[in-house]
Amino acid sequence: MFEHYLSIFITTVFIENIALSVFLGMCTFIAISKKIDAAFGLGIAVIVVCLITVPLNNLIYNSILKEGALAWAGLPEANLEFVGLISYIGVIAAAVQILEMFLDRFVPALYNALGVFLPLITVNCAILGASLFMIEKDLKFGESVVYGLGAGVGWAMAIVVLAGIREKLKYSDIPDGLQGLGVTFLIVGLMSFGFMSFGGISL
Amino acid sequence: MTVKQYKEILAKPLLEENPITLQILGICSALAVTSNLSVTLVMCVALTSVVSFSNLFISIIRNYIPSSVRIIVQMTIIASLVIVVDELLKAYDYETSKKLSVFVGLIITNCIVMGRAEAFAMKEKPFVSFLDGLGNGLGYSIILIAVAVVRELFGAGTLMGYEILPLVSNGGWYPANNLLLLPPSSFILIGLMIWGIRAYKTDQIEPNEYKLSGHATAPDLSKRELNV
Amino acid sequence: MNDSVLKTLTVSFLVCLFCSLIVSYAAVSLRDMQNLNKLNDQRIKILKTAAIYNPDESIESQFTRLTPKFVDFSTGDLLDEYGEYDLDTYDPVYFSKQPEHSTPIPASKDIAIVKNQENIGKIYLLKDSYSNLEKIILPIRGYGLWGTLFGYIAIDKDLNTIKGLEFYAHKETPGLGAEVDNPKWKALWDGKSIYKNGEVEIEVIKGKVDPANQMASYQVDGLSGATLTSRGVTNMLVYWFGESGYKETLKNINYDS
Repeated sequence: MFEHYLSIFITTVFIENIALSVFLGMCTFIAISKKIDAAFGLGIAVIVVCLITVPLNNLIYNSILKEGALAWAGLPEANLEFVGLISYIGVIAAAVQILEMFLDRFVPALYNALGVFLPLITVNCAILGASLFMIEKDLKFGESVVYGLGAGVGWAMAIVVLAGIREKLKYSDIPDGLQGLGVTFLIVGLMSFGFMSFGGISL
Repeated sequence: MTVKQYKEILAKPLLEENPITLQILGICSALAVTSNLSVTLVMCVALTSVVSFSNLFISIIRNYIPSSVRIIVQMTIIASLVIVVDELLKAYDYETSKKLSVFVGLIITNCIVMGRAEAFAMKEKPFVSFLDGLGNGLGYSIILIAVAVVRELFGAGTLMGYEILPLVSNGGWYPANNLLLLPPSSFILIGLMIWGIRAYKTDQIEPNEYKLSGHATAPDLSKRELNV
Repeated sequence: MNDSVLKTLTVSFLVCLFCSLIVSYAAVSLRDMQNLNKLNDQRIKILKTAAIYNPDESIESQFTRLTPKFVDFSTGDLLDEYGEYDLDTYDPVYFSKQPEHSTPIPASKDIAIVKNQENIGKIYLLKDSYSNLEKIILPIRGYGLWGTLFGYIAIDKDLNTIKGLEFYAHKETPGLGAEVDNPKWKALWDGKSIYKNGEVEIEVIKGKVDPANQMASYQVDGLSGATLTSRGVTNMLVYWFGESGYKETLKNINYDS
């Protein structure tokens, strides 16, 4: 059993890395990767939010939205999958808001470190994407916890690596037009080609 | 407002303030759905209609939205529009909707939609907001279509599924560049595209934080006075 | 004045009401069409595998030529009934994920990485107008490079000759492994044989098949640049035509006819 969870984790972090293999959360990935500190803070915030929202959405999907899931309420025919999107994004927005208030009240140090990044996360498609892929893969609750953690860790790792490269890149002589955004795109492209080498590993 | 100003609002996001190459918005979907032109076109139509109509509706009720629930109201409107688009696609173009899979749903978190709602539609009149949405949608579409044309034409030798360059493997003369069919290649293409646009629009160039000076010349030791 | 509690609640309520009306209307009014699309998508693939698909005719009527049957993998028997489940809507892939309806495959036997096999499968029989067996369409699946490939294979009434192969879902690399969808490659399968002296010998080889080779009728050209996908296709055929797959079933069909 442990092996099964471990293989889900490794697969999500490396083989199906949410940033470099499925290309989600790219806007913040490119915009907030100038400095390692900021990238690290955002990465941690994404891990925490993913770890909370993916299992939550899994519960909502399996106990309310899925076809036949409302049988206990006397509605075996109901299929509410079409309101899935709006429920997931609602859960994410609410979870981020609650997390923000919770941190502000009980862990002010962490709040000060993560505070600025939390609102950004609601519109980070890596988070919504993780939930959608979880539904598509039809994971059980336990698996979804591991999947959420893996998705977050994979994304955080990728952004920290990119920020590291960009910090070094500042000192190199790049053609004017390619400066900044342009060269970042090229580097992300090369990084994700690198990640393709994990393909073909089946766990 | 005059017609000229309308035109400007519509045309500005196409090149000068392009959402993808300058504002860094909505990149995610630009990468995953561009290996095939017909799929890309459907995605562009979906996004453009969502961003135009979300701008329109949000602008209509902008004076009634309490600021405390602003984001969630915007989100609800956008999500509803996306669901409608998703349902329509599943009913009328099942093949494409299967290929787009989760990426239609991800329009919700496409920063272009949220970004324009927050930055433009909350302040301006409905019609202008609609135009702004349309302009930004088209600006996004231009880049996506350009990437898709390059990837499909040189990667698979076809456009919209019609054979343009006969492939060697099918008895033609064109050896396909399979690298272009892999998703990471769209990063490289967009990167080069940004370079092209900025070579033309030099005001978009980002300043270099650490400008390298030329080769530093070593001090000429022969002229140094020896203090022994 | 925009921030009073009453106003916030009213606006939220109205927005929610309005949006939910639109969304529900769209979802409910389009649902039948979506379900039909989903069903037809599968059916078209099955018809294409059987090589009887005609885009001008209604899919519904074309599909009546095929007779679905349940397959009990433990005995190889063909069944017309299985518990409460409806033969038309039974989805073997779905049931392979339900622990009470499937059996985990031991790793030593799981060459195609199918992981869990449904206890009861579903196949289609194509009969001619005198209701003699013409072709059998069998669902197959197995791991390629990036993920599982799902497809159908059609075999002739001699229960050995392949008549068609189609994949309906896969995640292989575009231009390389995804060439499993290339019509030219799919056409190579027509007429190849599966069993030689009771053993599964069909194989996707590396490079081109040499027609002079005596094994040529058991070999299919490899997909260039996609060794792992090609190997995946071979493994999947070896698995599904082997002991744990359809081998017994095909024997039973043979005795019946």
